[in-house]
Amino acid sequence: METLWFCLFWGILATFVVSGGTDIGVGILHFFVGRNDQQRRQIIRSIHEVWKPNEVWLVVIGGTMFLAFPALVAESLSGFYLAIMLVLWLLIGRGLGIDLRDRIVDPMWSQLWDVAFWLCSVLLAVCLGAALGNFVRGVPLDETGSVFFEGFWTNFELGSNTGILDWFTILVGITTVIALAHHGALWLNHFTDGPVQERSARLLHRLWLTLVVVLGVCVLLSTILQPQVRINLVAHPWGIILPLAAGAMMYWCRSLRQRGRTLQAYLASGLSLYAILASTAFGLYPYVLPARIPEHGLTAFKAAAPYDSLKLGLCWWIPGALLVACYFAYVYSKMPSKFPLDVEE
Amino acid sequence: MDPAALLNRLQFAFTIIYHYIFPQITMGLTLLIFLLKTMVLLTGDETANRAVRFWMKILGITFLMGVGTGIPMEFQFGTNWSRFSALAGGVIGQTLAMEGMFAFFMESAFLYLLLYGEKRLGQLGHWMVSLLVFAGAWLSGYFIVCTNAWMQHPVAYRILPDHRIALTSLSGLLNNPWAIIQYAHVAIGTVITGSFLMACLASFYLLRDKHDEVARKCLALSVVVGFIASCLAAMPTGDLTAKQVYKYQPAAFAAMEGHFHTQDGAGLVVIGQPNMQTMTLDNPIIIPDALSFLTHQRWNAEVIGLTAFPPDQRPDFVPPLYYAYHIMVGLGTIFIAIMGLCILFLVLGKLHKHRGLLWALLLAVPLPFIANTAGWTTAELGRQPWIIYQIMRTSEGYSQNVSTGNIWFSLLGFMGLYLCLSFLYFFLMVQIVRAGPEPAPQPSAKPVEMR
Repeated sequence: METLWFCLFWGILATFVVSGGTDIGVGILHFFVGRNDQQRRQIIRSIHEVWKPNEVWLVVIGGTMFLAFPALVAESLSGFYLAIMLVLWLLIGRGLGIDLRDRIVDPMWSQLWDVAFWLCSVLLAVCLGAALGNFVRGVPLDETGSVFFEGFWTNFELGSNTGILDWFTILVGITTVIALAHHGALWLNHFTDGPVQERSARLLHRLWLTLVVVLGVCVLLSTILQPQVRINLVAHPWGIILPLAAGAMMYWCRSLRQRGRTLQAYLASGLSLYAILASTAFGLYPYVLPARIPEHGLTAFKAAAPYDSLKLGLCWWIPGALLVACYFAYVYSKMPSKFPLDVEE
Repeated sequence: MDPAALLNRLQFAFTIIYHYIFPQITMGLTLLIFLLKTMVLLTGDETANRAVRFWMKILGITFLMGVGTGIPMEFQFGTNWSRFSALAGGVIGQTLAMEGMFAFFMESAFLYLLLYGEKRLGQLGHWMVSLLVFAGAWLSGYFIVCTNAWMQHPVAYRILPDHRIALTSLSGLLNNPWAIIQYAHVAIGTVITGSFLMACLASFYLLRDKHDEVARKCLALSVVVGFIASCLAAMPTGDLTAKQVYKYQPAAFAAMEGHFHTQDGAGLVVIGQPNMQTMTLDNPIIIPDALSFLTHQRWNAEVIGLTAFPPDQRPDFVPPLYYAYHIMVGLGTIFIAIMGLCILFLVLGKLHKHRGLLWALLLAVPLPFIANTAGWTTAELGRQPWIIYQIMRTSEGYSQNVSTGNIWFSLLGFMGLYLCLSFLYFFLMVQIVRAGPEPAPQPSAKPVEMR
């Protein structure tokens, strides 16, 4: 039961990264591919319909974590207090940027929200990546495994007294920025036309190469830093399929893109993100919150809610998730297949 | 009191009070928009459709603010109240996750279509979408009230040997009798806010002789709905809520009524200032025996007073609790009076020309926000000193690993950010109100202002 919830939790986390990550990635690229007001308006239009449902995943992640692993919520949210607060503020800024930019036609107004949208998207990607980095690297839990608190940074080293940011988590943060930018560029490549599409297509090539390199470094470092990854790989050698699948998907994504199958390329990139996060989950299992000293980590079994709660939760969670899948299918199917540069509204 | 506990409470209170400005508008407006859209569908009324398009713009901005300020609420359980979350997560996590899954997705997925999809969907489709957004907003409210109701009146749970709380029945949690009554009262409160907001802008336009058709339509609808809601807020939902508090949280009831000493034939305090040194009321105006009648339907029945409870079982801020409750009840009475008068003149067909009443409606718009906030303040201060009634104390619930310096950091951050949001919201509202509803289509050659 705990393992099932562990999978469901990582599943919706990955779903948020794939769906919400798209509009974060688009935000990162905002100034790079949108060089004038008309182009930036086109960029915003392409995600305007979907960003809110995408962001709702965050609420569901919070709720699911709460119901299945209350101890994880208690430990990690209070332990990363400052970072969580920052993320919450960034989410507000970004939402305003997307929704308000084109409500008033005025150069100063749109400039303000362009910057808000771009800056909040970049910082959000760094924060989410750094958070993932923290989970991989492990947090300073003590022997009772009860309380920890991480400031933003200490000395950027991987000591026993780390902050949220050290060189490893910053690296994961940067990797996330690149990965989401790549994912977002694929979206723009498919859903836009004109200069925005051309620039995205040109950027994609470089983004892909950079991503492969930094991602490789991250995977290597994670394997070295987190002993559980090696333990799990030895115990369950089949797990190697997951990172291999991620690699294959990334390669496939490139070849699809080169053959001009833009939508499939975007979907393949989404699958590769799923596979990357699945590999991470596989590597960390059974820890939901690994510690610097491995045996102090919080496992799914220790963090889980009482059995009854887990069982009752499952009764509605699965139908709920199916319902959400229907909403998503509906919203995405109602979306135009192209957001052209020129429209009169 | 423990300064850390107080600071955590302050941050939660500040962020939730600010957040709740927006959902009460959203819940109220989605109902009114749905009613307008139903009119459009049934009668093909183009004026109502113009009103729908106007109110949708306000709904869109308000919903955005609600989402932005709402996501921090869910995460603050974990950041600031981690010890509470660790014990109760298995129960309240259920309703919080359900809110996201069943209500919030529906609301956010269809809101865009409501705002921009009228042409794409056609009238029937647009009506359906307005129904779905309305249902999503109201369902969302139920799950949140359900979460709060469990903290007010825990049901369907079992405490494990390690003090964690397990849920024993999903339907028990969702059918918590407290939640049903509380939700009815809360939802009615949001309808009052929505009605007053609609009436306010309609009055504004009528006083300026602008957008006459749309404004009159909105005025009539908001006054009818507002009058019904104002009555329902007092009877039966308000009455039932008060009886429920008396039954399950007698100490809270005594404190909010300003009823210090147990007595037969207790009077109902209308005005007075609680004096916590002498445990009496200063300058009281009291209706004799009325409190006994309201609680027991007998004029001479005994009503338990606050001093009957040991000090550590009493709410810790009695005067604010007392005032919050009395402000809510007082304003509720004023709402019935204003809306009652308005409906009288509406029936006579004179409301849209009655400048006095229009001015009253225009200026009354902050009052329902105050009343709703005061109502929630009553519920939350009344539950103290418990975070889960009779199970866990608030002082045992906050995160011990977060220092007060860090809470000040986030509290000030929220205050600064929300200050900016307020300016922004106000600015956008002014823009929308200034632009007004779209003018009537051309065949009626005269401009709308002239009629």
